[in-house]
Amino acid sequence: MAGILIYSDKDNLALELLTVARLIADARGLEVKVACINNASQSNLLSAAGVRVYKIENPAVIPADVATVAAALKEASGQLDCSIVLLSSNRRGRELAGRLAQMLGAGCLTDISAVKVEGEQIHCQRNALGGATVATQYIDGDKQVLVIVPRAFTPASAQDGGSIVELAVEVLPSRVKLLEFRAKDSSSVDIEEAPVLVVVGQGLNSQEDLASVESLAKKLGGEVACSKPLATDKKWLPEDRVVGLSGKKCQPDLAVLLGISGQVQFTVGIRDAQVMVAVNSDENAYIHQIADYSMVADLHQVVKELNDALA
Amino acid sequence: MNVVVAMKQIPDLQQIRIRNRQPVLEDVPWTLGAIDKNALEAAVQIKEAQGGKVVLLSAGNEELEDTAKEALAAGADEALLIIDDELDKLGSAEVARILAAAIQRIEKVDLIIFGEGSGDNYSGQVGSRVAEILGLPQLGYASAIEVQEDSLRVSRSLEDGEELVELGLPAVVTVISGINEPRIASVTQILKAGKKPKEILEIGDLGLDLVDICPIKTESNLAPESDRKRVAVKTVDELVAALKGENLIGR
Ligand SMILES: Cc1cc2nc3c(=O)[nH]c(=O)nc-3n(C[C@H](O)[C@H](O)[C@H](O)COP(=O)(O)OP(=O)(O)OC[C@H]3O[C@@H](n4cnc5c(N)ncnc54)[C@H](O)[C@@H]3O)c2cc1C
Ligand SMILES: Nc1ncnc2c1ncn2[C@@H]1O[C@H](COP(=O)(O)O)[C@@H](O)[C@H]1O
Repeated sequence: MAGILIYSDKDNLALELLTVARLIADARGLEVKVACINNASQSNLLSAAGVRVYKIENPAVIPADVATVAAALKEASGQLDCSIVLLSSNRRGRELAGRLAQMLGAGCLTDISAVKVEGEQIHCQRNALGGATVATQYIDGDKQVLVIVPRAFTPASAQDGGSIVELAVEVLPSRVKLLEFRAKDSSSVDIEEAPVLVVVGQGLNSQEDLASVESLAKKLGGEVACSKPLATDKKWLPEDRVVGLSGKKCQPDLAVLLGISGQVQFTVGIRDAQVMVAVNSDENAYIHQIADYSMVADLHQVVKELNDALA
Repeated sequence: MNVVVAMKQIPDLQQIRIRNRQPVLEDVPWTLGAIDKNALEAAVQIKEAQGGKVVLLSAGNEELEDTAKEALAAGADEALLIIDDELDKLGSAEVARILAAAIQRIEKVDLIIFGEGSGDNYSGQVGSRVAEILGLPQLGYASAIEVQEDSLRVSRSLEDGEELVELGLPAVVTVISGINEPRIASVTQILKAGKKPKEILEIGDLGLDLVDICPIKTESNLAPESDRKRVAVKTVDELVAALKGENLIGR
């Protein structure tokens, strides 16, 4: 039976893809099929979620070389009669998507946050113009690679009826050699889960001032996050704290935005917050226009007074 | 070492206004994508260390000849521009075919550098597609590039870690914005930019057949609705009271 193929090297993201795939498959009368590459535990996990898993074991397919992963998935989608492939819009997934789409002669949309099947078309929502707008787009053709934003869909839960079969694929030898992988500190916090975020931007004077911001976040029951320049240029906070288009999309109950101008690539990551507070010394800063409560003030003073008030 | 750097011309996003949820693009000046400027800087640094040249590759509407000067001033040695007003309507698949065909016209290309995503579409597809069309190995999300004899050592920055990878040349690399700080061109460099060699092509010159591509159709493109309270608070006490009122403090 013709199907939809899903693949992600990350277990939780693969389960999220399963949710999206079922939505499309139900509307289209297709079967959902999962590719697991060199990952026995993921095969078990996904078959326990009630789908047919195609287990690919081939040491020539290495995650560091997307060309080999793309070649394996091209083979798999051909053998399994799947013209639609779903991937995750994390870095590996996006890199893979372009290569696979090109191999398949498929259209491709990345960074998809919502999906709706409308007759023959699969309407996908994604950010456009750097996040200033949200576009609804579809691929006009049979071959489609759809790349889904992490956490936009709930992971599929356990369900009966799954199975695992082996699938043999051939790929050319890799031309990329992995020398070393340095895992990021796993103690890092997950800003997407925090109910309250205190988000600092370039208005912050120095790295030393972060201590009082941390303490404020604690008192509010939340975590510290930041705008991109604070992590990538100044390196005062790790990159996994960045909110925005190339960072994380967060939906806290409360977001306190300190010294942030409010450019679209930032606001796209926080505009789903329940309540937004902005503190910016420039009364004309755009962030004041999109806040529930805004203060034209020096953030350092405000942080100090808030810390005292909440002590 | 001959390095091609692909840069996209985009409307200056800072200057886009929203009217009735519609983006207004009239009179918005064109610029080059921010991360593409990191790609250029990476290319120029490699050239400065290794010799060779940096070729700017860009496909865009008629404003491009002017927009491209910025990159020539900031260190590109020459430009290959595909100028066609159709280009603003084309998707990543079409653009990738156009860029790949243009690259094939350049003699001896060792390395092709892209941004991890274009400033407006931020799709992260074009670099991977070009690598596949040209049959080259690729490495995405580079945070550092080290050139060796006829290979590269690249650090790739992922959500959960850093990967150090080696790959042979020629190759395709896409960079993240953290890789470097793009230089600002001096006045003399800006003046000289106009005199650097430029080749300008139209899509038709590339002899491509783009009919087999599954096009992307856009149903709507609207700014999200926002209904914020927009209350100006003067003091921290007022703010604390407001947040208590929202049941966000002392829960
Ligand atoms: C493709 C692409 C993707 C991007 N992705 C992201 C992303 O994911 N996340 C992100 O954040 N950015 C992203 N950016 C960058 C984005 O465009 C902005 O450059 C960035 O968000 C600006 O950060 P900022 O507001 O902290 O700094 P600025 O714009 O410099 O603003 C600092 C603000 O602080 C205020 N200020 C200064 N001193 C004080 C003080 N003492 N007290 C109070 N206020 C003060 C100033 O008035 C100013 O408004 C991206 C850009 C591109 C091109
Ligand atoms: N029209 C274009 N001309 C030149 N380079 C481009 C063009 N479109 C995309 N690119 C390159 O491809 C990268 C990824 O673009 P995208 O897939 O749109 O996110 C950009 O950062 C540029 O380096």
